[in-house]
Amino acid sequence: MNRYPLWKNILICLVLVFGLIYTIPNFYGEVPAVQVSSAKSTVQLDQSLIGRLESELTATDLQHTGVFADENSIRFRFADTEEQLRARDTIDAALNPDPQDPSYIVALNLLPATPNWLTSINALPMYLGLDLRGGVHFLLEVDMAGAITNRLDSTTGDLRTLLRDRRIRHAGVTREGNTIELRFRDTEQREAARRAISSGNSDLELAARDDGENDYKLIASLLPQAAQTIREFAITQNITTLRNRINELGVAEPIIQQQGADRIVVQLPGVQDVAKAKDILGRTATLEVRLVDDSPGAIEDALNGQVPFGTELYTERGGGPLLVKNDVILTGDRLTDAQPGFDSQTNDPAVHLTLDSPGSRIFRDVTRDNVGKRMAILLFEKGRGEVVTAPVIRTEIGGGRVQISGSMSVEEANRIALLLRSGSLAAPMEIIEERTVGPSLGAENISKGFNSVLWGFVAIAVFMTVYYTLFGLVSVIALTANLGLLIALLSLLQATLTLPGIAAMALTIGMAIDANVLINERIREEINNGVTPQAAITAGYERAFGTILDANITTLIAGIALLVFGSGPVRGFAVVHCLGILTSMFSAILVSRMIVNLIYGRRRKIDRLAIG
Amino acid sequence: MEFFRIKNDIPFMRHALKFNIISLVTFALAVIFIAMRGLNLSVEFTGGTLVEVSYPQPPRVEDIRQALSDAGYSDAQVQNFGSARDILVRLPNRDDLEADRVSENVMATLSSIDGPEPELRRVEFVGPQIGKELAADGGMALLFVMVGMMAYLAMRFEWRFALAASIANLHDVLIIIGFFAFFQWEFSLPVLAAVLAVLGYSVNETVVIFDRVRETFRKRRGLSTTEVIDHAITRTMSRTVITHGSTLMVVLSMLIFGGETLHYFALALTIGIIFGIYSSVLVSSPLVMWFGVSREQFVKPKKDKEEAVV
Repeated sequence: MNRYPLWKNILICLVLVFGLIYTIPNFYGEVPAVQVSSAKSTVQLDQSLIGRLESELTATDLQHTGVFADENSIRFRFADTEEQLRARDTIDAALNPDPQDPSYIVALNLLPATPNWLTSINALPMYLGLDLRGGVHFLLEVDMAGAITNRLDSTTGDLRTLLRDRRIRHAGVTREGNTIELRFRDTEQREAARRAISSGNSDLELAARDDGENDYKLIASLLPQAAQTIREFAITQNITTLRNRINELGVAEPIIQQQGADRIVVQLPGVQDVAKAKDILGRTATLEVRLVDDSPGAIEDALNGQVPFGTELYTERGGGPLLVKNDVILTGDRLTDAQPGFDSQTNDPAVHLTLDSPGSRIFRDVTRDNVGKRMAILLFEKGRGEVVTAPVIRTEIGGGRVQISGSMSVEEANRIALLLRSGSLAAPMEIIEERTVGPSLGAENISKGFNSVLWGFVAIAVFMTVYYTLFGLVSVIALTANLGLLIALLSLLQATLTLPGIAAMALTIGMAIDANVLINERIREEINNGVTPQAAITAGYERAFGTILDANITTLIAGIALLVFGSGPVRGFAVVHCLGILTSMFSAILVSRMIVNLIYGRRRKIDRLAIG
Repeated sequence: MEFFRIKNDIPFMRHALKFNIISLVTFALAVIFIAMRGLNLSVEFTGGTLVEVSYPQPPRVEDIRQALSDAGYSDAQVQNFGSARDILVRLPNRDDLEADRVSENVMATLSSIDGPEPELRRVEFVGPQIGKELAADGGMALLFVMVGMMAYLAMRFEWRFALAASIANLHDVLIIIGFFAFFQWEFSLPVLAAVLAVLGYSVNETVVIFDRVRETFRKRRGLSTTEVIDHAITRTMSRTVITHGSTLMVVLSMLIFGGETLHYFALALTIGIIFGIYSSVLVSSPLVMWFGVSREQFVKPKKDKEEAVV
């Protein structure tokens, strides 16, 4: 009666083996590594770079023990720190011929020492939270009202230009809070304006209002969808900008995530210099528009070392040298948006820029006076500029909507749009939460948390074995399985382990033993009632099952509430707590039963159970 | 080994009234302390800046206070944290300061004091908005847990059980919070997590007893409600003590080895576990009894078969 069918035993064993495999990576520790990331947003990381670096390493007789690549970085693992340092120098020399102007960041780093066969089946160590690793955490809030106001300001300018172009007389266009008021002297002009606006602009909702004789108004407000798009754009744009800036810090595994509607989480493990991190996060626009000096002979002079007065020599991306005037026409903060698209006439790939109202006025004047000349768009990174593109001005450009086209592919258009956006924030941001944990505190937190789990476990194991003898030992094995499965699950899900998470692990051990106690007590009770040992085992497990289920589900309800409403440390606790409840039910009910079955199930006659 | 070889049921319910009066008094005291003293909420809830630094030799706290006060932070709280070498500086949010630069200024001020150089251990800055949101989320979580558990218990057992368990649990939670209010221990997010975990833990205990009550009602006839409850508690006594003992061992291990960061978390759990046993045995059980639980609610009365009369 106490025998599991073979398939059930196999299934339980499979789960345990699976748990073991995914637990292993946590015991390997870390090895030295070299990380390569892009130092400029114009430099992309790709597969060919890995090949190039690998051949460089082989050329200098260096053997890496594994290569990992993701979107933002390429990382090589090395056997020891000496090789790591040499490899860093080799890679740095190969990638950055000019140390003054590095295109790549080559940084020393630590990577998990998990063997490649484990990594290939996605068995990775748990991801440690900042409180265990040390580092900086920021929560930034995007000023959405500011983003909307910015857009309304630029739309106000657009409308003014539109009315003037259509020769519609108005008595003033102003932004009032979240609406734009257009005043007219008579209704005919107002009607004309309404037609003009609604044919060209689909983001605005128009309402007429009569405020007395000769005071006719048109109130324009953003449609809810349009406002929503602006908000979404603002946050993705800010995340992109942050990502570009954080790249400069050369952080191993930065986390930049949206949280809620208007917040961004930035986590920089290993970074201790809060002031520098803040400066880099808060860096302002680095985009400039200037005119190109195309006067004959000037560029030759400049290349010979005689840069004409009032100009600077720059390199065009993917092109030759370019002489650019010193006067800055526009900076990146005048740019409100840059999107890839197509030229409406020629259907060539193009980049569409949107400028705010002062920007568009300046731009109109400059383009009117310089038709036929070239205009350079420069991106400044770490104080060094690079010409992103230098198109020829074909006509006067008004209305704040600028199109850059020319010989570019769709891909290039995408990239230029991204580049132009990368310099500036779509809306101002504010740090609303900041946490820094020193590396020594992190290490201390790990060892303290680990010790609490260890000694708690030992205390329970000793007690259970003494109190319930063989059955106690079975419970301890089940508890070990529980802990293993829990760690395996956490590793598999790549959930972040934090100090409260370790606390939850300890608590789970304490609570998981409850199910075993319930079962063992029931078995004792049945024996005291005079039932045969085999029947007592069956009854014990069966009777306890309902209670275990009820007790754990109620605990799970509390855990889920923590998960749903908690944030930060509470959530870290809740994840482990919930998973721990699930694994403890599995191990207390199935694993312990399997072992008990293997011990007692085959014997026909048992005099007594070793249950203390 | 066996601790409990109890042959006869212990008449717990005979003393139900006494215990409930004690409970009522402690409950009232907790409420009074919370109302009078309030909670010593951590920066996470109130917003503000917290800087923890460590010195190679114990520094003079008075110097630090003076330096901070000279730097314009007259409202800074400076205290030892854990050991004499660790110092915690706490600053409330102020409108006139650029909030995200406060921690740097504090560190610069501390470094400028003569004597040992401080090492930065931890900085926390929380904006006032975040603090309010966290408090609201905490309240929501508490509500959700209560409603969720009541619904589950009402479904699996009976509304009387659900109500009794909820009252007993609320009692535990309030007593923990009462302790924190009385001793002015810092109430942080991990403590909130502990309180909510206790809620789950304590109801776990209650469920085990209720489960037994239900089973006894179904299996044994001719017992009065009081006897049934006494029987259920006595039968689960052994398990109650062992389980809580085990959990307490782990939590105490956390209290001893977990360091300052887990200290209050572990403390909240310790109080919760101790009162959790008490409340499930001596608060929720009498409540169910008084709510009028009876055998009929679990055992469908057998209908007499109507035999056809020939």
